[in-house]
Amino acid sequence: MKGLFKLAYKLLVNDKAKFTALLVGITFAVFLIIQMTAMFAGTMKRASATVLNLGASMWVMDPAVQTVANTIGMPDYVLDAVRSMHGVSYAVPVYTGGALVKLADGAYQSVTVVGLDDTSLFGRPQLIQGKIEDIYGENAFIVVKDPEFPKLGDPHVGTEFQVNDHRGVIVGIAEVASSGLFGVPTLYTTYERALQYLPNPRFTISYVLVEPKSPADVIRIKQQTQAMGYLALTKGEFIDRITNFYIYQTGMGTNLLIMTVMSFIVGLSISGQTFYTFVLENLDKFGALKAIGAKSRELILMILFQTSFTALTGYGLGIGLCALLIRLARLRLPDYAAMITYWNLALGFVVVVIIAAISSYFGVRKVLRIEPFDIFRG
Amino acid sequence: MPDPAIRATGVVKWFGEGDARTQALRGVNVDAYFGEMLYIVGPSGSGKTTLLSVLSGILRPDSGSVSVEGSEIWKLGGDKLAEFRLHKIGFVFQDFHLFNRLTTAENVAIPLILKRKPWKEALVEAAKYLDVVGLKGRAELPPVKLSGGEQQRVAIARAIAGQPDILIMDEPTASLDGDPGQGIVGFVKQHVLNEKRCILIVTHDDRISQFATRILKMEDGVLTGAVKGGSE
Repeated sequence: MKGLFKLAYKLLVNDKAKFTALLVGITFAVFLIIQMTAMFAGTMKRASATVLNLGASMWVMDPAVQTVANTIGMPDYVLDAVRSMHGVSYAVPVYTGGALVKLADGAYQSVTVVGLDDTSLFGRPQLIQGKIEDIYGENAFIVVKDPEFPKLGDPHVGTEFQVNDHRGVIVGIAEVASSGLFGVPTLYTTYERALQYLPNPRFTISYVLVEPKSPADVIRIKQQTQAMGYLALTKGEFIDRITNFYIYQTGMGTNLLIMTVMSFIVGLSISGQTFYTFVLENLDKFGALKAIGAKSRELILMILFQTSFTALTGYGLGIGLCALLIRLARLRLPDYAAMITYWNLALGFVVVVIIAAISSYFGVRKVLRIEPFDIFRG
Repeated sequence: MPDPAIRATGVVKWFGEGDARTQALRGVNVDAYFGEMLYIVGPSGSGKTTLLSVLSGILRPDSGSVSVEGSEIWKLGGDKLAEFRLHKIGFVFQDFHLFNRLTTAENVAIPLILKRKPWKEALVEAAKYLDVVGLKGRAELPPVKLSGGEQQRVAIARAIAGQPDILIMDEPTASLDGDPGQGIVGFVKQHVLNEKRCILIVTHDDRISQFATRILKMEDGVLTGAVKGGSE
């Protein structure tokens, strides 16, 4: 069987023009699909950055909250109520909000401020400079070193600035798993200081971060929270909620679907048509092979091998091209929001398999219909 | 008389439907023997190629029987019939049907590859057959770079590479001019024909009749008699 596949391989790759056209079609389709979905995945990761960075197992919030950015303050009793629930190991408040920083050169820069529970500092970032206990110092802030960091003038420990007209000083530089979606730097401080520095409404708790005693307690905590009129979500559920918001309520999902379908059609048109032409041009040869003694099953295997080989090569090239583009884009735009996930790869693979299957189908049908007698008759 | 390599009895073949239905073969009986080079001649549309196709297992007759070396071939299923052709029949098509994307040696190796010979082994063996047809130095060239006569030789090498008992040649001189055509058939008689092989040729080229052991004439779907050699 190896010889038969080698024969199929040589027939395919030695027709350089067609093979190139086939590869271009599939590579282009894969590139478009992976690029689109990678941008989507990158954007979604950024949109869920706070959820990922704080790392809490469960989040309690107002039921109207759709994304981590549009917080709706909850009264303090919610924190107490959650802490008293069965199955809660511990619960802490967190505050997130926007502020305006005035830099030493007089320039203004929007920032996101995360206020961590004063007692536990739960959800604190990994420090790469400074000491975490310095966060309790006067006017202390920790700045996240992410692609937005230079927007604060590349601060260092000891850099002073104004936050909403209050003095602020950098006491530490930290790193986090993901930077935010909105292109602004992130400052961490204590919950109480965040309340002092940031204009706040009547209710101040953005989220209550909860650690259940056991996974079995998750459902119980959800039920008890719901009874209070609030919503408790696991980390994964909250990320899904944010993703669903962007997919279904911003038009991003529709755009993604349209682009994916268009990529599929482009890939299928180029590859399908080219492969069909390839089969048509070689139809007399396939007929000759049949006459010589090739079984229909063997001809089908040859065609499937040819389409599979082209599809997998195009798939690899498409992924490589996409990875290269993301890499190049990041040289210029360090916070370029695109990431290739297994989900992207799986989707691209499924599309490629469908393109290969449809292309094969028409080729196989044609080859099975050719009669050796037609070849004999000329 | 020895047992025939091929025996066809009462072979009938119809084409088309309704008013366009025509009878291509009208109860043809023919025997072909090992060691002979049997020509079937006749005007275009007389049913020569149809008969050859029925005898070689690529076109199913509507009635009648064809046995090769005593076995009824049209009782075989699709895969068995393909195997029969692969092992028993060698084809030299009128238009050669060589793969221009493959080298000459790879073209010749095709029946061996279909017989599951490893690629390298098949190529080594193919080179031997290219040597037989006098194209030793052309193994790595694509057929498109060869002359018509050389392409015909490659087609012959491919046909005999599977060591078939029966060699079928359809209009072997039609794509060649003058001497090369005659030379090819003479070459086949000299180098390919042997006591264990039967060669069937369809032609209407009188210039090659000198090489035939027997010539049968076909007209309007029936064999009308022997032009040369014994009876049908």
